[in-house]
Formats: sequence, structure tokens, C-alpha cells
Amino acid sequence: MAHANAAYMDPPAHREIGAGVYNEKLGMWVFLGSEVLFFTALIGSYIILRFGTPEAFAEPGGILNIPVTAVNTFLLICSSVTMVKAFAAVHDGDQKGLKLYLVATVLIGATFVSVQVFEYVQLIHEGFVPSGYVAGSHFAELAAAGELPANVNIYGSSFYTMTGFHGFHVTMGVICMVYVTIKAFQGKYTATDHRGVEVIGLYWHFVDLVWIILFTIVYLV
Amino acid sequence: MATSAPPIDAVHAGHGHELSFIRKYIFSTDHKIIGVQFLLLSLVGLFLGGMMAMAIRWQLGFPEGSMPLGGIFPETMVSGGVMLPEFYNSLVTMHGTFMVFFAVMPLLVGVFGNYLIPLKIGAEDMAFPRINMWSFWVAVIGTVIMMAGFWVEGGHSQAGWTQYAPLSADPQWTGVATGQQLWLLSIAVLGLSSILGATNYITTVVNLRAPGMTWFRLPLSIWSLFITAILVVLAIPILSGAAIMLFFDQTIGTSFFNATAGGQPILWQHLFWYFGHPEVYILILPAMGMVSEVIANGSRKPIFGYHSMVYAIIAIAFLGWIVWGHHMFQSGMNPTLGMTFMISTMFIAVPSAIKVFNWMGTMWRGNLTLHVPMLNAIAFVAMFVIGGLSGVYMASTPVDIYIHDTYFIVAHIHYVLFGGSLFALFAAITFWYPKMFGRMMSEAWGRVHFALTFVFFNLTFWPMHYLGLQGHMRRIYDPSQYEFLQHLSGTNRFVTISAFLLMVSQVIFAANFILSWFYGKKASENPWNDNGLEWSTPSPPPHGNWPDVPTVYRGPYEFSSPEVEEDFLPQHQKLPGDLEPEAAGRGS
Amino acid sequence: MNWLLPPGNSTFAGDIDFIYYVILVITGIAFVIVEFGLLWFVIRYRRRPGRKAYYTHGSMKAEVIWTAIPAVTVVVIGVMSGGVWNQVKGRNAAPADAMVFGLTAKQFEWNATYTGADGRLGTADDFVVRNQLHVPVDQPVLIKLATEDVIHSFFVPNLRVKQDALPGKTIDVWFEATEPGEFEIACAELCGLGHYRMRAFVTVHTADDFARWMAEQTAAAAAGE
Repeated sequence: MAHANAAYMDPPAHREIGAGVYNEKLGMWVFLGSEVLFFTALIGSYIILRFGTPEAFAEPGGILNIPVTAVNTFLLICSSVTMVKAFAAVHDGDQKGLKLYLVATVLIGATFVSVQVFEYVQLIHEGFVPSGYVAGSHFAELAAAGELPANVNIYGSSFYTMTGFHGFHVTMGVICMVYVTIKAFQGKYTATDHRGVEVIGLYWHFVDLVWIILFTIVYLV
Repeated sequence: MATSAPPIDAVHAGHGHELSFIRKYIFSTDHKIIGVQFLLLSLVGLFLGGMMAMAIRWQLGFPEGSMPLGGIFPETMVSGGVMLPEFYNSLVTMHGTFMVFFAVMPLLVGVFGNYLIPLKIGAEDMAFPRINMWSFWVAVIGTVIMMAGFWVEGGHSQAGWTQYAPLSADPQWTGVATGQQLWLLSIAVLGLSSILGATNYITTVVNLRAPGMTWFRLPLSIWSLFITAILVVLAIPILSGAAIMLFFDQTIGTSFFNATAGGQPILWQHLFWYFGHPEVYILILPAMGMVSEVIANGSRKPIFGYHSMVYAIIAIAFLGWIVWGHHMFQSGMNPTLGMTFMISTMFIAVPSAIKVFNWMGTMWRGNLTLHVPMLNAIAFVAMFVIGGLSGVYMASTPVDIYIHDTYFIVAHIHYVLFGGSLFALFAAITFWYPKMFGRMMSEAWGRVHFALTFVFFNLTFWPMHYLGLQGHMRRIYDPSQYEFLQHLSGTNRFVTISAFLLMVSQVIFAANFILSWFYGKKASENPWNDNGLEWSTPSPPPHGNWPDVPTVYRGPYEFSSPEVEEDFLPQHQKLPGDLEPEAAGRGS
Repeated sequence: MNWLLPPGNSTFAGDIDFIYYVILVITGIAFVIVEFGLLWFVIRYRRRPGRKAYYTHGSMKAEVIWTAIPAVTVVVIGVMSGGVWNQVKGRNAAPADAMVFGLTAKQFEWNATYTGADGRLGTADDFVVRNQLHVPVDQPVLIKLATEDVIHSFFVPNLRVKQDALPGKTIDVWFEATEPGEFEIACAELCGLGHYRMRAFVTVHTADDFARWMAEQTAAAAAGE
């Protein structure tokens, strides 16, 4: 990033040349590398299982509520925008903007998680759980009528595991974001040193990106 | 120069302050204390894993015999003095689990990664000291969860350390529910600890090298720990993901690995070995690195072919990452894939051979000082070669048809993990003990321990090749059930007695380790006349390691250099012709 | 104790054993070079006061030699192995005239399914014998391997046969026994409490004996219905 600040971007004077980024940023990159592999395990398994038994997966919109989740996806993308705004604000020395956009990001993130919880409650209520259908439920009746796949165990397993772990990551992100916001209100971030804002931003954009992949392959395909 | 730079982390603001006992020794952020904490924890793990092996060997050597001390176990494990098959399966599972996850991996990566990286690259501490502390305490939580499995209803997991589904996925197949779930939970928690540690190692090696410590002046131990950390980041999350899926299969009714509900049992094997084969190299690469340090020191010669050693480490790691399928030749996987995996597996022999010949090249025309670390390091090379060569048999798919899942593979893994990694650890512990504790271990008892361990190790594991070639399956509770294994009972008994003697020999090591801590000869700053930066600070080093970060002028293996009178030339020692790193065009 | 394999009684046993012996010789040579080399160095170059070690950082020539030789060797072993692998386990490796049997594993037994008179599996005249697989000698045999519960592994040491049985899949295994006799089947994959006693038998008959046995069993199965 060209506009990054030289005061903390360069390694300390008494070090051999490293990656050219400060420790927290490099550490977050490495950690996100491991996160990529973690989601690869889940998403890869989903793809293999889906190719193995395509008949156990409902048509898009058959069970999952696409419009609600599409709105939720839009919200999460918006939160990435506010995150970028927060970073730009602190970099320009705009403390008020930093606080405003961080609070916005926290609120949107929390909304996303709430909507996801609401979605889970709905699905479970209608009879779609990690082990497939609940006997006698609305979805089970539809399946008996031939409108849904007869057996959706694998679908339930992978849907709840993948979106659940993503939701867990968003929740963790919101908690860390609250911490960063508190520090922002204490005035700990300056135009020259705002590592916390940048590092949490990296994580936030990553989680956002994972969601776009999940939304595409779980809901739309 | 050093004072002008701000502290890396706010934690270092505590420099020079008197810390409370708890902050200094329990919740410490000092990489050296954390290294020692990992050392004590994993030595306990090593002891427990060893005792489980003794119980297993008793059963195999004397299948009908009443087990010594059998009375201390409840009736659900040892009934009427005779071990029950379900307990045997638990022991087989937990021996593997403890040795891999709670002994060798933390010993190599947790202990020496923590202890050596900052000291050898010239950093005051890790990049993230607090995360480092968390990495240890998360590992403690993982250990507690794993231990708890022994005391729950139904006993501990019986599915083998490889946890093949569906045996591990549904309590109805083994009768174990809670123990199985604790196993998976513990591994997921431990995975977090490893990833936190690896993140720290990578960041530290990349960003915190002392001036003049260029990439190709890094000691091989640091290179191998750095590459290992990358493997950890790439491999462990896959295991965590797989363990979580299996945990859900057990608890909330998902069916990832349950064939009757559309899941795929073989998917578990792919995920497990996608982690598991890099794991094998996580368990050997740091050992190779540390042995390189000791062999150069003991030979009083520069490492032969330093650059090819570095490239061999990278090549092994890369190949190790794409060969997982060779664990699955007989699993029903597509046979064409078997061919691909065989070829890539065979090629691992090449970088491995490069390393072995370079170690021999280092010893060639040296001035060999056979101190205890050196003896153990030579034993590492000698035993690793056997483990490496026996690997070729399994890599060859047709031969693997016959020896797969027999004692041949048991012999192979123990030649690599015990003969390899553990001898390297004996070398490393005895070599760096004076730095860690400020006292020398007894040289004489170290020799006795080495000799007994070397002899009984071979008497224990060499005959296992023969057992495997006769078709003796692994993980069986009672070989006397089979006609074709009857003639092996004498060999099995011989192996068992050797194994007991091998275990007893370790008492010497334990005593030497503990007693030297209190009564050992005081260690000087550089007792082995070595070149590394860790030997330029007192034994043990203070918090922060050096008053001023040292400057590095040369590679780590300048032994017997014609430039100086002595047979060693430390990395930080400035000779008249040496340029400052900045002047030489490096540094910032 | 020796390094020889027990006798092999199937057509491909000889090929598998041959590769084993080739690897034994190659690794044996490497073993001797390294172990005796180490021993020799320890004795020859042990510390002597006043002497300095030979100062060198390595030799490009040596690196090339000990990279090239192992690389060529493993390629040779790989190519040799590949041929035999395809012959034993390749796709459609089983000869077309193979006689078909079913073998289904479950905790902790092996159930052999026989085709009955029509020579086909999955028909009404199939019959099952527990822990007894009877096959004719000098005749390719194709086994449809399956499992009812967890993973088991079908292992007949004397025939050099080993194949995991996977839940949800039927896997083809073939062999051709070269000598009549009774051989043990073992389970080679940890499958639970009784894994160690999941034992069964392959009985290899002469052609006449097999025909007689088959006729008796078919009649008995028909009578039992």
C-alpha cells in the first residue's frame, strides 16, 4: 500500500530486511493463510460430497431462503466498505470518522450474525437440521410429496458446518472489532500508528470474501 | 543502535523490572521459559506414551500372562490380571496420539522452536510474546482434555491414532462415545496452539533477524523450523476441519463420513493424510536441522553443502505435501492415483539422500569430538537411514500390497520417529541443556544412556521388520489367534523384553536430566565452542537475551577456519576485514 | 530371523516378491555404504590433539553425484513397480474369464457369497458360507469385496492379496492361486474390539474337488430353502 506510513512500515533499524511489513500485519497474513486451509477442508469436503451424491442436495431456493440471505450478503459487503472507510479516516487523521465507521462496522457485523441466527431458527422450525429432516416437519412432508430430495443428511451436515463456522468467525471478528472500537474511543490510534485498525480490517475482509464464496456455492448453485 | 529502536511489543516494557513469580515462570512471555515449560510438559507426555507402549508390548509378548501391576487398573480395562481387547485398542490409539501430538511434535516444535529461534537469529524475543504464552497454555488445555478421556464412561478412543471413519464416527462400532469426542476436541484445541506457535515462528524469522543475519547465514536448525512452521500452517487447519466434522458426526448427527447416509468414509482418509504426511515431516525436519548443528560442532567442520541442505529441506517439505495418497494404496482409492503418488513418494528419497550424504561429508576429514550430543546425532543419521530405506519398500505399490498394515510399517515409523527424531532430541537436549539451565549434564551417564538406548532400540525394532515380512498385522491384540503367526511368538517375546530394557534405560536419562539441574557442573557461556549467537550470552540468558542485539558477520558453521587460531569462529565475532552489514549492502 | 518372504501361492506373488528382492539388494547396498561409512569416519577421524579439521564448504561435483544416483535408482524402482501394480490392481486388471465370488465383511466375520449354478451374483440361487472362501486352483478368481459396517481389510498373506473393504462401495479383487491348500484370511485394518480374531479361510481346491464341493453346497442350499 503506497499510502502506508513509513514510521512503522519499515523494520526497526537494527534488523535484517524482512517482509517489508510490520509484525502484526505479517502475523495476520500467516494466520489467514491457515484460515484459508481450514475453509478449504470444509468447502473441499462439501464439493466432493456434492459430486458424490448430487441427489441429496435441494435445488437453489428449495430449502434455503435466498432473498433474506442475499440481503444479509449485501450487508456484509457494506461492512467491508465501512471498514475501508474507517481505515482511510484514521490514516487521514479523522478521529471522528474512524469512530463512526468502526461503530457502523460493528453494528452491521452484529446484524449479519443476528440474521443468520434467525435463518437457523426458521430452518430448524421448518424441519431442516444438521442430520437432515425432522420427522413430521414441514420439509419432511414436502420430501414425502416428492418436492424435495428424499434424504438431505449430507446437505444439512455441510450447510450447518460451513455457514456455522463462518458465523463463528464473524462473531469473533465482531468481538475483536468492539475491542478495537473501544481503543479508538480512547484515542489510541493515530494517523501514524493504527496497526490494530489495519489488522482487524484484513481479517474482516477475509471473512467477507469467504462468505461470498459460501453464498455462491451453498445458496446459488 | 539497539536503544534507538522502540520495543517490538509492549510486553517488553517490563524489561529489567522484577516480575512476580507467576509472571516469570507460569504465565511467562519469555520464549526461553515457554520453551522449558513445553519441555517439561512433553517429557511427561513422552513418559506416558512410553508406559503405554510397555503395556502393549506385554500383551503381545505374553498374551495369556497376567499383567504386572495389572491390579491398578479398573476391571473395565484389565480383568483378572489380563488386559481386555478394548483397553488394548485404547492403548494402541493413545500411544500413537501421545507420541505424535504430546511428545515428539511439542518437543521439536514447541520446545526448540521457542527456545532456539530468537536466540539463534539474534532477537530479544518472539514477535508476539503474549500469543506465544497462549500457545503454551492452549496446549495445556488440550492435554487436560485428552487425559480426561481415560476416566470417562466407556474409556478412551479405540479407533487408532488415524481415527479411520466410520469406526470413529459412530459410537455403535467401538462402544466409545465420550472418550472419542474428547479425543477430537483435544486435537482441534491443540491445532489452535500449533497455529498460534507457527504464526509466531514465521513472523519472527522473517522480521526479527539481527543485522547481518541474512537468509543464507541462518543456521540449518532455524531453516528447518521455519519450513516446519509453514508446513504447520498448511497442514494443521485441515486436521482441525476434519476433526470438527468427525466431532459433529459423533454429536449432532451429521453424516460426513457415514456411507449409509451418503457420506464418504474415504474422505476422512484423504483429509487425515493430507494433514498426516506433512505431519511426518513436521516430526523430522526440525530433528534434521538440530542434528546438522551438532554434527558440524562435533566434526569441527563447516556443514558440507550448506545450500543443498537448505534446498533439500524445502524439497522434502514440498514433496511431503503432495504424497499423502501413499498411505492409501490399499484403501480402494483409484489405482491410477496410486501410481502418481508412488512416483512423487519415491522422489522424497532424493533430498533425503542429499541430507545423509552431506552429513557424512561434514564428518569426512573432520576432527570428531564424540561428546554425548554428537554420539546421539550420529545415531540419528545411522537410524534415519534405516527408516528412510525401509520407506522405499512401502513406496513401491506392489510390495506395499503385502507389507501394508503389518509390523514392517511399525518398524519403519519407529526407525524414523524414535531412531530419528528421538535420538535427535537426545542430541538437542544434551547440547542445549547447559544454555537452558546453566549447568552441564553428566557426560559419563550420558554415554551410558546413549549406549544402552542404541542397543536396546535396535533389539526392539529391528526384529519388527521380520515380523512384518512374515505377515504379522499391526494393532492386533492377540497374534496367537492365527496359525501363520504361531512361529513368531518367540520373536514377539524377545521384542517385548528388549522394549522393557529400552524403557528402563531411560531412567538414566531422567535421573541425569533432573539431578544435573541441581548438581551439574556450572556451564560457561560457550561450553561446546560453538559459533551460534545463543552462545554469546550467559547460560541461561537473561530476559531479553542480550544487552545489545549482536551483529552477524558470517555463516554459522565456520569451524576450523584458517583465519583464526581456534577451531571455531562465532557468527558475531568481528575480524579486522569484516564489513558492517550496512556497509556490505545489507540491512536497512 | 531372515529377510526372505514366506512362500507365495498366487500367479502374481512371484512378481511382487521379485520387486521386493530388487529393493532389498539396492537398499542393502545403500545401508552398507552409509553405516560402514559412518563407522569408518568415527574411527578414522576421531579427535586428535593439535590437528585441525579440513576446512571445506562442500563440493558441487559430490552434490550432483549423490543427487543423480538416488534419482535414477528410484525411477527404475518406480517403473518396475508400476507394471506389477497395474497387473495386480489396475483398472480391469482381472482376467475376463475370472470366476466371480462375493465377500462381505462385518464385525467380525467374512461372509463368502457363491453364485450357485448360474454363475452370477445377485440371483436367487446364491448362497452364503460364513468364514469359508472356496476357490479352484489355476483359475482366476474375481472377488466382489464389500462391508456392512466399518472398514476392514481383506488380507491373505500366502496369496499376496490385501484390499480394504469400504462402506458403500464394492471393490474388485482378483487372484489366481497356484497350489491347492488352506490359507488364512486376516483382517488388516483396525475394525474394533474383535479385530484380532477376524479370521477366515481360503480353501484352494483342485478343479475336480471344487466342482464336487460346489455341487454339494448348491444342493444343500437348495434343500435348505
